[in-house]
Amino acid sequence: MFKRLDAVAGQAPGATVRIDINGAPVQCRAGDSVAAALLASGHDACRDTVVGGVPRGPYCMMGVCYDCLVTIDGQPNRQACMTPVRDGMRVQRQHRAREIS
Amino acid sequence: MTRRCELLIVGAGPAGLAAATQAAGLGVDTLLLDEQAGPGGQIYRAITATALADPDILGPDYWHGASLVEPFRASGAAYLPGATVWAVARQADGGPAGGFEVAYSTGGQAGILHARHILLATGALERPFPIPGWTLPGVVAAGAAQILLKTAGIVPGQRAFLAGCGPLLYLVAWQYLNAGVKLDGLLETTPPGRLARALPHALDFLRSPYLGKGLKLMRAVRAGVPIVRHVQALRAQGQGRLESVSYRAGGRSHHVPAEHLMLHQGVVPNVNLSRALGIDHVWNEPLACWQPRVDEWGATSSAGIGIAGDGAGIAGALAAEHRGRLAALQAAVALGRIDAARRDREARGPRQALARAVRGRAFFDALYRPPDAYRRPSDDTIVCRCEEVTARQVRETVRLGCSGPNQMKAFLRCGMGPCQGRLCGLTVSELIADERGVAPDEVGYYRLRFPTKPVTLGELATLPQTDASRQAVVRLKK
Repeated sequence: MFKRLDAVAGQAPGATVRIDINGAPVQCRAGDSVAAALLASGHDACRDTVVGGVPRGPYCMMGVCYDCLVTIDGQPNRQACMTPVRDGMRVQRQHRAREIS
Repeated sequence: MTRRCELLIVGAGPAGLAAATQAAGLGVDTLLLDEQAGPGGQIYRAITATALADPDILGPDYWHGASLVEPFRASGAAYLPGATVWAVARQADGGPAGGFEVAYSTGGQAGILHARHILLATGALERPFPIPGWTLPGVVAAGAAQILLKTAGIVPGQRAFLAGCGPLLYLVAWQYLNAGVKLDGLLETTPPGRLARALPHALDFLRSPYLGKGLKLMRAVRAGVPIVRHVQALRAQGQGRLESVSYRAGGRSHHVPAEHLMLHQGVVPNVNLSRALGIDHVWNEPLACWQPRVDEWGATSSAGIGIAGDGAGIAGALAAEHRGRLAALQAAVALGRIDAARRDREARGPRQALARAVRGRAFFDALYRPPDAYRRPSDDTIVCRCEEVTARQVRETVRLGCSGPNQMKAFLRCGMGPCQGRLCGLTVSELIADERGVAPDEVGYYRLRFPTKPVTLGELATLPQTDASRQAVVRLKK
């Protein structure tokens, strides 16, 4: 899995942000994107695909592939790589397509 | 409140930053709008906010980006970061000077702004690398891995491989070495015989700054990373995530455990906005990609819209700066701020610098042209990551009589997912061309329409209301 360089992990301990990924608390660096926070905490898959229902994770990290779609604070289909982390943010894995009841 | 500007520049990479600085310096009321939180684009991503304290990790070419930010900040150009343009319309009542209405979103709120002239500096994206298993978690674009390094100091752990071709692959390997990251291998897909094909361009390369820098970097990478050459039939494998990589090299098959596979085979212009604007595009055969047709000033087939930087054809970051300056000079002429004589005078410096910056590129464009097998997949390899459509399915539609990507879309939904063809469009053009036995420009590309990025109804609802917009949806009582 991806990891933080030691030199980076040790710097500015005050600048950390706590978010919640699938119900578990995760500490990240202020300024991280949600996708970076996902990958650094071992969540290399962040959704199950719409058609095949297979795991998929961030791929491009620059907002073009839409593979990192997650539910953020209840809002589905947010681009994790384009969204900065915020204290108290809740990130949830997406399962296939959204159901309309 | 609708924002107004004379010149709207979209994208804060080298082209956009240099163009905004130049235009504002000539007194043009300039707005630079960018998707990222900070300036730099992808090449200089996080240049003002990188997590890496040690400047030697990313190297001097990266830090050159900082020299563009200071003048931009001092130029007086307005800057709107964290904003995505999703529609552009020519104003019907724009008068003889024309003008555009531009829709964008920032922080979940949509807005409209007016611009008399537009310069797209939306850069490049990584060429699709459709191999079996490229959709597995654990497989990322090498550019994505580099963005993780630049922005957050995040690096791969164990059993990490880089694979593909092109200068960026070696640059990422070098930066990882500088950061103390161990790579298990660099799987080089450049086929044998490429050097011979690149040799006619070698003279310019030998006179270019690429030579010295490139050799030093290659030497360091060769000393620190096991390199496998002429890699064929590359596959990513695993149940639910990447577990192994297999390939053929040196006459035999290899199968190695892997946790990370970082893929790269060059970059191509990001054409979504320029296509949706109806600008003419051409097929660049040596680079195997689409690019907008632009003149020496970056002017397009559409009046009032220019394109600068890699979005107008791949030439690299240094060239992008100078192309940005040239396009800004042209915009200043179009806006009546300077005359053509002054434009030509001021353009001399950037033109000479541009010529120096592109010298030698033809050599490694030829050397690193991705092999057909990695651009034109077959069988069960996924082409469209969003709708999970395979190469076989796309090829079959041609046998059923589909002649181009737009007809194929109706059969398969390929290209109709949220990425809007960014990760499959090029592959689809090439696959259909391959099946039909014609050149890609005969096949064409997806017809792209606004919004060029998905927008929620909630965002749309935040748009300022006008009498016209109310009357469009509500029958008003007299």
